[in-house]
Amino acid sequence: MATYSTNEFKSGLKIMLDGDPYAIVENEFVKPGKGQAFNRVRVRNLKSGRVIERTFKSGDSVEGADVMDVDMEYLYNDGEFWHFMNQSTFEQLSADANAVGDSAKWMKENDICQLTLWNGVPLTVLPPNFIIAKIVETDPGLKGDTSGGGGKPATLDTGAVVRVPLFVQTGEVIKVDTRTGEYVSRVKE
Amino acid sequence: MSESVDWRPACSLDALRLRAELLGRLRAFFAERGVLEVDTPALSAAAVSDPQLASFATHFNGPDGGPRWLQTSPEFAMKRLLAAGSGCIWQLCKVFRDGEAGRRHNPEFSLLEWYRLGFDHHRLMDEVAELVHTLLAGRRRLGDVEKLSYREAFLRHLGLDPFAIGVAEARAACLAQGIVPPPGMPEAVLDPWLDLLLSHRIEPQLGRERLTFLYDYPPSQAALARIRVEDSPAVGSRFELYLDGVELANGFHELGDAAEQRARFLADNGQRRALGLTPVPLDERFLAALAHGLPDCAGVALGFDRLLMLAQGASSLDAVLAFPQARA
Repeated sequence: MATYSTNEFKSGLKIMLDGDPYAIVENEFVKPGKGQAFNRVRVRNLKSGRVIERTFKSGDSVEGADVMDVDMEYLYNDGEFWHFMNQSTFEQLSADANAVGDSAKWMKENDICQLTLWNGVPLTVLPPNFIIAKIVETDPGLKGDTSGGGGKPATLDTGAVVRVPLFVQTGEVIKVDTRTGEYVSRVKE
Repeated sequence: MSESVDWRPACSLDALRLRAELLGRLRAFFAERGVLEVDTPALSAAAVSDPQLASFATHFNGPDGGPRWLQTSPEFAMKRLLAAGSGCIWQLCKVFRDGEAGRRHNPEFSLLEWYRLGFDHHRLMDEVAELVHTLLAGRRRLGDVEKLSYREAFLRHLGLDPFAIGVAEARAACLAQGIVPPPGMPEAVLDPWLDLLLSHRIEPQLGRERLTFLYDYPPSQAALARIRVEDSPAVGSRFELYLDGVELANGFHELGDAAEQRARFLADNGQRRALGLTPVPLDERFLAALAHGLPDCAGVALGFDRLLMLAQGASSLDAVLAFPQARA
């Protein structure tokens, strides 16, 4: 794997630290007048998501992490693993609960997810920004309500619970923003 | 096409006007004091020896052609003028430092440098404060100037005496401060450890709504300052100025001893070799000027772009540079 000099540091660069892959969040070049220059970085552990601060002597090199993002189609969950397929190579991969994490509640078969792979193994799974899902349960709500107002919780067929306007009913299909967990609109089937 | 290319300046047009306005005040400040404005080359046949400074190298094709370096500071050339009898001088010039980029660093920047005959570093600090207050007037309201010795700064902010500790204590202090020491820190040299503590934990505290001067550095960090061996401990007559945690200026009560200067150059080149860097040719013209005699003087270099940045209350040089490196 390539090594990177601190001169090449910028946010998004993936590096290895203490055996774990990290992404640089912020890189600050500091130099106390005359004397040793440092690169002070905030880095996110790609396994745990935790952000820590580290310092490097400017000019030193750090091992790069073999991390890449790929779009894959979600196929199914076998109860333990989530299975994905690369649509161009048809290669299949499975991700465990650690990697899927909170995304599990948005996963819908045949949706295109973004997998972050480290040495070919999924580290994280991101659902599409928007999904179309069916409401499997919500209170009947008041007739005549148009939009706005309080809203009510609705359970989707993917497992997520989102707030929807009162007029939206069980059995309807809606569009949801998975980044915010917010209802966007109803969708005609 | 042209709209997707970042051809526009990074800074606002107001920032351009501010630069022009402060340049006017700057010229008036030195004219009033009878300090002569001078101009020295950006391209030189000698390079700075400081292992922590990287010069851009190029090649001159022509009579007496050969390697040339873009200057990291006009210091050597200006001292040649002083030795030739110029009297007090100043200039604002572009300087170049390879590998330096960030919110507060651009590989080329405007450096304001001036020399005052008969001044020591304390008297020059007072003049620096006057100049900065003059340039920031109407934009920043600053409290009384604070002067802290390097030692006092470490004692106050870390409870450590930088003149009494070794690497083991400095490492322990880093860990206690939550700083993970970078890989490859030297086991036998203290200065990089002091730099680590200073840059991470002390500098951010300096210059809060007022100018803070740090002065009297360890002799190993004296750079081109004279060392007062009669003091206990011995200190380098060097100072740095901070505002908003940003280093703005570095000054010296200048070393005028050619033999000692040559020894420091050779020591720098020794360090360069140890670090795997190319040694640089000594600036023999500068050394000859020192041997001829540098008048007793103090000199300072101030980062003009950073001062503009702080005048605007900004935290990045992008706010004051028309075309920072990324779009130069």
